[in-house]
Amino acid sequence: MEKGTWTVKKGLAEMLKGGVIMDVTSPEQAVIAEKAGACAVMALERVPADIRAAGGVARMADPVVIEEVMDAVTIPVMAKVRIGHFVEAQILESLGVDYIDESEVLTPADENYHIDKSKFKVPFVCGARNLGEALRRIGEGAAMIRTKGEPGTGNIVEAVRHMRLVMGEIRRLQNMSRDELMACAKEMAAPYELVCKVAETGQLPVVNFAAGGVATPADAALMMQLGADGVFVGSGIFKSENPERRAKAIVDATTHFNDPEMLAKISKNLGEAMPGLEIGTLEQRMQDRGW
Amino acid sequence: MSIGILALQGAFREQSEAVLRCGFKTKEVRKPEDLEDIQGLIVPGGESTTIGKLLTDYKLCKPLIKKIKEGMPVFGICAGMVILAEEIAGQDKAWLGLMKIKVVRNAYGRQIESFETDIEIPALGKPPFHAVFIRAPQVEKIGKNVEVMAVFQGRPVMVRQDNLLATSFHPEITKDDRIHRFFLDMVKNFK
Repeated sequence: MEKGTWTVKKGLAEMLKGGVIMDVTSPEQAVIAEKAGACAVMALERVPADIRAAGGVARMADPVVIEEVMDAVTIPVMAKVRIGHFVEAQILESLGVDYIDESEVLTPADENYHIDKSKFKVPFVCGARNLGEALRRIGEGAAMIRTKGEPGTGNIVEAVRHMRLVMGEIRRLQNMSRDELMACAKEMAAPYELVCKVAETGQLPVVNFAAGGVATPADAALMMQLGADGVFVGSGIFKSENPERRAKAIVDATTHFNDPEMLAKISKNLGEAMPGLEIGTLEQRMQDRGW
Repeated sequence: MSIGILALQGAFREQSEAVLRCGFKTKEVRKPEDLEDIQGLIVPGGESTTIGKLLTDYKLCKPLIKKIKEGMPVFGICAGMVILAEEIAGQDKAWLGLMKIKVVRNAYGRQIESFETDIEIPALGKPPFHAVFIRAPQVEKIGKNVEVMAVFQGRPVMVRQDNLLATSFHPEITKDDRIHRFFLDMVKNFK
């Protein structure tokens, strides 16, 4: 019997597909998320919109918050660590969280190196803006990828950009001959073996979710139609007028992403969405953290 | 013949691929009308609370229970086993509640306890089956019509009751299609 293998790390992400992972800051919110049909929750002290507003250094949440969320729900619980902060990751692993997000939403602890994720038994998810970045994180041991998007903005434009880049680059690789792949690996700064694997299979070797700006059911369905395996919603739910209803609607839209009639029904009477931010006006672009 | 794949949430694409590899057609099921003209159904791994809730919300339970009682074979994997179970520890109500088993969710522990191992499945013969358990459920009690097809650490991990088949582990991950073929034989024989 073997634990913490690549297969079981990657396997849990496979089971989350077609689902919505919601940011929560309390056990009460976690229960709302679970009841709405979330397939997992991300336990945080503050949602990205509040982190953005507060400024200063954002760190791993207080273990008490994470443990309370773990006790409140039966679905998987994820939590965030700063980029490169492997001790925060050791702490979360010892708490028994189901997935660690090495996240640009928090202030990076290391500007040169991400965590060596292959050393851990607990699986990691990491953000990426393009295929090269995704493959570098997988090379370090990430068992799941998500678009970075631009967290806490309620603006889908960056998540769309990142998903289109990843999917477009995968299609481009598929048309390359073997001798072109090494040059491409160099240009993308990605591990050659992984570049070859993507070229051969036409897909990322791990599950790829959308994140960073999802605020409406239509946003979730848009990301699914662009090729996402599932959706993270950060501030979009608990910064909206009616979190229960919006959470459920985003879950429904992720299942029925290809059914416009259902999407129309799902989108009705949800109350105000979270206030959105124009990317050009931001002081801090979180997506530029990490490499 | 067409095999329905419950596509509400979870690893349903891999189930389709396994069924297609075995030479059958598949149909994704999200609404009651999708249940027409399918001869078998696979309930994939995923989050049972999500899948169960969506089954209820989209009014799939009643027509599905009717079809299963008429004899349509169903294969539940991990979360799918929980969906089929008559009793779920710590939960007041079951989802489909058709299989006479009591299950405990996440019974092996949290994700860091997820594991892979070889198990013997006498009905499939040699070699042993490489089984991947991810936050897997355990079968705590079985009713008298339930046949135990495989055991790990003294607990049933593969069970059958007439037209219902369920595993705690994920046969789709290892691409060993013997269990899918066993299920598809159940579908053929029912026809």
